[in-house]
Amino acid sequence: MKRMRVPFLPAIVALLAVLAAFPILTNNPSMREELFLVFMLVTLASSINIIMGYTGYVSFGHIVFFGLGGYFAFYLMQIQGWHFIPSLIVAAIPSAVIAALIGFPILRLRGAYFALATVGINEAMRVVFNNWDLFGGAVGMFFNFSVYTQYGGAKAASELAYYTMTVVAIATITVSYLIKRSKFGLALMAIREDQDVAMIVGIRPSRPKIAAYVISAVFPAMAGATFFFKNGIIEPGHAFELLRSIESLVMVVLGGIGTVAGPIVGAAAYEWLRGFLITNPALANFQLFLAGLLLLVTVLFVSSGLVGWLRERFPVLRGYVP
Amino acid sequence: MSLEALIPSAIDGLMLGFVYGLAAMGLTLIFGVMRVINLSHGPVIALGMFVVYTLFTGPLGVNPYLGIVAALVIGLAFGVVEYFVALDRVINAPELTTLLATFSVNLMIIGIATSVFTTTPRAVDVSLGSVGIGNVTVLGTHAVAVLVAIVVAAGLYGLLFRTRVGKSIRAVANNRAAAELMGIDSRRMLALAFGIGTSLAMVSGALLSTLFPFNPLSGTGYEVKSFVIVVLGGLGNPTGALLGGIVIGLLEGVTTVFIPVSWVPVLEYVIFILILLVRPAGLLGARA
Repeated sequence: MKRMRVPFLPAIVALLAVLAAFPILTNNPSMREELFLVFMLVTLASSINIIMGYTGYVSFGHIVFFGLGGYFAFYLMQIQGWHFIPSLIVAAIPSAVIAALIGFPILRLRGAYFALATVGINEAMRVVFNNWDLFGGAVGMFFNFSVYTQYGGAKAASELAYYTMTVVAIATITVSYLIKRSKFGLALMAIREDQDVAMIVGIRPSRPKIAAYVISAVFPAMAGATFFFKNGIIEPGHAFELLRSIESLVMVVLGGIGTVAGPIVGAAAYEWLRGFLITNPALANFQLFLAGLLLLVTVLFVSSGLVGWLRERFPVLRGYVP
Repeated sequence: MSLEALIPSAIDGLMLGFVYGLAAMGLTLIFGVMRVINLSHGPVIALGMFVVYTLFTGPLGVNPYLGIVAALVIGLAFGVVEYFVALDRVINAPELTTLLATFSVNLMIIGIATSVFTTTPRAVDVSLGSVGIGNVTVLGTHAVAVLVAIVVAAGLYGLLFRTRVGKSIRAVANNRAAAELMGIDSRRMLALAFGIGTSLAMVSGALLSTLFPFNPLSGTGYEVKSFVIVVLGGLGNPTGALLGGIVIGLLEGVTTVFIPVSWVPVLEYVIFILILLVRPAGLLGARA
C-alpha cells in the first residue's frame, strides 16, 4: 500500500488542468470544442464506471441522468430565468433524488434484469418528456439568443461552459479515485465480486449500492446541464439517446473497466478515433463498422481494456495507475 | 368510445402482435439457451427487411413472400456465423461482455447497411387486397403476416419439442454441463440456437417490410419493443414471448382509441418496469 502514495490524483488533475488551459492560451476554438466533448465523455464514462466497474451493475440506460440534468437546468434557465451556475447545481438535486428513488427498487435486480430495467427507464423518461408540455414536449426547448447576453455574449457563455465541464470532469475523476481508495469502494467491489459472500462478511449491500448509483447519477446530470446550456436546444431524442449511453460503456471497456484511469483513456481514445474516422473520406462511411470491429476485438481478446492490459503486462504500473 | 372503432383497431393490433411476438421469440430463445441479451437483434430485423427488398427490387423481382423463405435461411446462416465470430469465445463471460460483443455486431451491421442502403426510407410495394367482414376490413398483407408468423412459431415448437435436435437444445439450455456429459456437442447447439433466434428476427423483419416503410435503423425500435415483450412473457420463454407480443399488439391497438398515440409507449415502458420489479419471471414464468 505504501507505493500507492505516488500522487496519481494530483498528477492527473494537473494534467487535465494544463490540457484545459491550452486552447484558451493559444486561442484555438476548434480544439476547445473538441476538449469540451472529451471532458464530457470522460465525465460520463467515469461515472458509469462507478456503478458498472466498481459495483458490477451494468447500467445500460445511464444517459437518463444526463438528459434529466439537462432538462431541469434548461427549465430553470429558460422558464425561470436563472443563471447557469445555480441552475446546474440545483438541477443535480432532483436528478440525485430520482436516482435514489429508482435505484431502491431496481438495484435489487441482478445481471441482465437490471440492465434491461435501466433501458426501460431511459426509454420511459424519453417518451414522458416527449409528451410533457411543461418541458416543451416533442419539440423541446430552445434559448432566445439574448439569454447569452448576461454571460457577455455567446462566445463568453461557450467558454463558461467549457470551464464548467472541465471542473465537472475533474470532480468526477477525483470522486472516482477517492471511492476506489475508500472502505466504501471496498464494499462496492465486494458486492461486485459476490454479493452473497459480501453479505456474509457483514456488508449490507442495499445502502452502498444506492449511494454508488446516486453518485454515478449526479455527474452526468451536471454534464447534461452544461452540454445543453452550451447547445442552446434540448429535445427528448437528443437528451435520452440510448446510443450515447452504450458508447460510454464502450469507452469504459476500451480503457479498462473498474480502473480510475481507464475511462479517461477510453473516452479520449474513442473520441480521437471517431474524429479520425469521420474526417477520413475513405473511412467515413465505415466509421460505425470499424468502431464495432475495434470493440469486438477488445471484448474478445483484451477484455481488461487498455489500462487493465498494461497493468497486467507491467505489474510495476499497478502502483502508479489505479 | 364506440365499439365500431374499437374492434378494427383491436384486430389490427392483434395481427401486428403476432409479428412482434415472432421477433421477441428469437430474442428470448437466445436468452433462454445461453443467457445472452442479443443487442444485434434490431439490425438483424432490419437486415430481414432488406433481404426482401433487395430480392424484390433486384433483376429477378422475387415475390416478397418467397423473400421471407430466403430471410429464414440467410438468418440461420448469419446467426451461426455471428455466434462463432462474436460469442463463442466469451460465452461464459459476465453479461457485460456478451452485451458488448453483440453490440459490436450491431454497430458493424448498421455501419455497412447505412453505407450500402443509406437511410432513405424504403418500402416493398405489395398488395393482396382486403377482406371485409361486416364493418371490419382486414388487409391481405396483414392476414398473410399473421399466417406466416403462426406457421413459423409452430415450426419452432415442432423443432424444439418434437425433434432430437430440439431436445438437445433444451438440454443445453437447462444445464450445459449435464448436457455435455450426455454426449451433446453444446457448442453446436448454442450456435444453432443463436442461428434460429436470428432467423426468427429476420423473418419478422421480412414480414414487417411488407407492412411498413423502413430504413437500416428501423430495427432499433422493434428491438426495444422486443425487450418489453420478452420481459412481459418471461425472459427465456418462447410461448411467453408470443403471448407478450399479442398483448403488446392488442394494447397498442386498443389504447390508441382512448389516449393519444404518443402516450402509448409510456404505458408500455411502465408495464415493462413494473413487470421487472414485481414479477421478473414474467406472465408465464421463466424458461420453456
